[in-house]
Amino acid sequence: MQFDKPATTNPIDQMKVVGRPIHRIDGELKTTGRAMYAYEWHDPQMPYVYGYPVGAAIAKGHVTAIDTSAAQTSPGVLGIVTTLDVGDLTKGKLNTAKLFGGSEVQHYHQAIAVVVAETFEQARAAASLLKIDYVAEPGVFDLKQAMINAVKPDEASEPDTAIGDFDNAFKNAAVTVDETYTTPDQSHSMMEPHASIAAWDGEDLTVWTSSQMIDWWRTDLAITLGIDKQKVHLMSPFIGGGFGGKLFLRADAVLAAFAAKSVGRPVKVALPRPMIPNNTTHRPATIQRIRIGAGQDGKISAIGHESWSGDLPGGGPETAVMQTRLLYAGSNRMTAMRLATLDLPEGNAMRAPGEAPGLMALEIAIDEMAEKLGMDPIEFRILNDTQVDPENPERPFSYRDLSGCLKLGAERFGWAERGRPATRQQDGWLIGMGVAAAFRNNLVMPSGARVRLGPDGIVTVETDMTDIGTGSYTIIAQTAAEMMGVGIDKVAVQLGDSRFPVSAGSGGQFGANSATSGVYAACVKLREAVAAKLGFNSVDVIFEEGGVRSGNRFVSLAEAAGPDGVVGEDTMEWGDLTNTHQQSTFGGHFVEVAVDIATGETRIRRMLAVCAAGRILNPITARSQVIGAMTMGAGGALSEELAVDTRLGFFVNHDLASYEVPVHADIPHQEVIFMDELDPYSSPMKAKGIGELGLCGVSAAIANAIYNATGVRLRHYPMTLDKLIGYLPEVA
Amino acid sequence: MAATAAASLAVGADNPTRAEPNAKMDGQNRTRVTLSVNGKNHDLDLDNRTTLLDALREHLHLTGTKKGCDHGQCGACTVIVDGRRINACLTLAIMHEEEAVTTIEGLGQPGNLHPMQAAFVRHDGFQCGYCTPGQICSSLAVLEEIKANIPSHATGDLAAAASLTPEEIRERMSGNICRCGAYSNIVDAILDAAGTRA
Repeated sequence: MQFDKPATTNPIDQMKVVGRPIHRIDGELKTTGRAMYAYEWHDPQMPYVYGYPVGAAIAKGHVTAIDTSAAQTSPGVLGIVTTLDVGDLTKGKLNTAKLFGGSEVQHYHQAIAVVVAETFEQARAAASLLKIDYVAEPGVFDLKQAMINAVKPDEASEPDTAIGDFDNAFKNAAVTVDETYTTPDQSHSMMEPHASIAAWDGEDLTVWTSSQMIDWWRTDLAITLGIDKQKVHLMSPFIGGGFGGKLFLRADAVLAAFAAKSVGRPVKVALPRPMIPNNTTHRPATIQRIRIGAGQDGKISAIGHESWSGDLPGGGPETAVMQTRLLYAGSNRMTAMRLATLDLPEGNAMRAPGEAPGLMALEIAIDEMAEKLGMDPIEFRILNDTQVDPENPERPFSYRDLSGCLKLGAERFGWAERGRPATRQQDGWLIGMGVAAAFRNNLVMPSGARVRLGPDGIVTVETDMTDIGTGSYTIIAQTAAEMMGVGIDKVAVQLGDSRFPVSAGSGGQFGANSATSGVYAACVKLREAVAAKLGFNSVDVIFEEGGVRSGNRFVSLAEAAGPDGVVGEDTMEWGDLTNTHQQSTFGGHFVEVAVDIATGETRIRRMLAVCAAGRILNPITARSQVIGAMTMGAGGALSEELAVDTRLGFFVNHDLASYEVPVHADIPHQEVIFMDELDPYSSPMKAKGIGELGLCGVSAAIANAIYNATGVRLRHYPMTLDKLIGYLPEVA
Repeated sequence: MAATAAASLAVGADNPTRAEPNAKMDGQNRTRVTLSVNGKNHDLDLDNRTTLLDALREHLHLTGTKKGCDHGQCGACTVIVDGRRINACLTLAIMHEEEAVTTIEGLGQPGNLHPMQAAFVRHDGFQCGYCTPGQICSSLAVLEEIKANIPSHATGDLAAAASLTPEEIRERMSGNICRCGAYSNIVDAILDAAGTRA
């Protein structure tokens, strides 16, 4: 099905199942420990053994020799595969750094060997016995130093944009802000380590893994192994979090495949937690300069955003300027991105790539501008709201109610109680409120599904879509139930298997809208097939109450299915509505913090998000996406930073003890409000993405609350107490 | 760069005190142990280095208990041993002869959920589900700790009875990381389940 005209009325609009607060259909499996993740597949007929990975101890250079003799004779060892044994491999299309193979080391903890033994303990012990010789080469690890050598990246990323005459407008503006902000490298730190079990049957390979994108992994695993993609069967029905860290093929799958081939038995490999931050990808650090000019009336006349980030050769920039092209009005504009070559591990997508770090900077700058103008920051944002693409006023937003989000949030949060900076004190705490706009584009991806109607009247959906905690199982079941006129208890959903039609996968907050649209398309095919089978005119046929109605005739779905069942399969493809109309999601984040007047410790007291993202397919799972994103934003504001050792070139705090993600005690009760909204330009579901919107702007709202509490303006994340303590008022 | 130094750094980051003899003694260092898990006894012959976590997951195939970090940093492996919650990754299986181990599988099953499991479903106290068994086991022990009047950092008055407040729950649950960020819902679920039980 091609979606090239705005949606009109369709069966989803009935909202009998879609849009209802239905608990997760996989909830019982997850809360009882019965949901099986990659490392947990157990088949007594498949006697797997254990692979333990070894990572490079240098950041750049070559492995010259690996002495495996001690490890080979270690108890239980079945085989050892080294990067020198397998030689150079073709890198996956979507990988920047190579995962395995050859002598070259591109980054610290790059996989260079896997040791296979009968047990995990034996494999781990033997892995420590490898003697590895390296020739290290000097590398570049410090973004601040490397930024002077940064270059304009590939034109495909639109590194430079300019509208009007920014320089002149900024020079002549009555009020200006010109500040530089920094965001650190961040780690996805999903709870389930990357893990794979690989089993060969002749030339056929089956891999249980933890992947957000089944087809991307399957394609790149086949390329890396040099085999036909059709020979690779990938399964990933449950994923213990990804956040972008499991978008692209990772080393565990490659090592497991080589190891299994080498020992002739299935092998399971999990990345040890301390290996994950340096072996896998991370969100790259940025240095961002923002300039805003406005008249005394508060209208923005000039807005400019420049960002510097780094990556390995062949990598791309962190697109931190993108939201600035669309978020606020202003006739003179510029953005620029520059990319430095760094020899750190591969930088790549982490939840809301671009917008998350971009808004961390932009939304502080907006707060600073409002302060200089003597305006309320909400009033300033509303004054500069726009209904059209500011770079191209001919191009409208499909639906945009940023101002509505901010107004409703202000009312619900009690924004009127906010005082001047550093004026509220309570029992040794400085209290402040902050706000930030949330903005993230609504992306769509082709997405396929197959829907079977069984002789028992059960509707079974098969798609290689993944559920990384987002609620895919549930919203897909809701979609099929609505389309086929059955209750959700009559729908079964099977996900994450490369034998199923290729879906959007989970990423870029495109998953929910795209994948349910694919299911919609397949259900349309199934409805047509059922109607045709019954000799009904498919135009006036109604699917409801577990059956098909046409005029006075009603046939139950079980009867309609017949002994052989009926199948519908289709892929949703997208026309140019995303070009003719800018499709984005919007919101407002509100935060109240308390800062300890003596220590500078920041505690978050209240958080509210108001989100506008089209139809909310399931308010329970959508709300969870948003509170989870708000929590990640709290970490980004206050504690998360991969500390770079700029001499040796690696992230020092590479585990969950020293890379500090928020814990229970850091997070208060969180409130989320969804705007009542439909966006017919987005899809037949009239829904848009929500999972990343919830993160966009949160950290800046916290930073702005800290300013309101203390009168101290911080521009460098994370906003730890050492950055505040020297500037706090004297303790009486 | 010195080759051997670099090599030891590569693995040393994970296992700083690893020594060769440890591996060589394998075979002589096995122990028979009877683990009592969810009321059922299991006789196992284990490599002494086997953690309780790996004994549960790899030997008994009770994979509900999760390995998130294997270093006691994340809480995903929380189980209840003789009424107290512990990180199963930080203890060796052979240390638990004749102790009663309760894992997530011992609490309730699909169709027959424990009230705390039902509360987690009702409040959507999870997303990816990987930390969830640990959160649930931990939360049950937390309620017992409060009942037993064991104070926490959040307890204001040590002379008064420990109380069931959101602050107490957040403090006591802070060893269980949820990267999906379901904390707000988890606290609601625990308070709800505690009310149900009272």
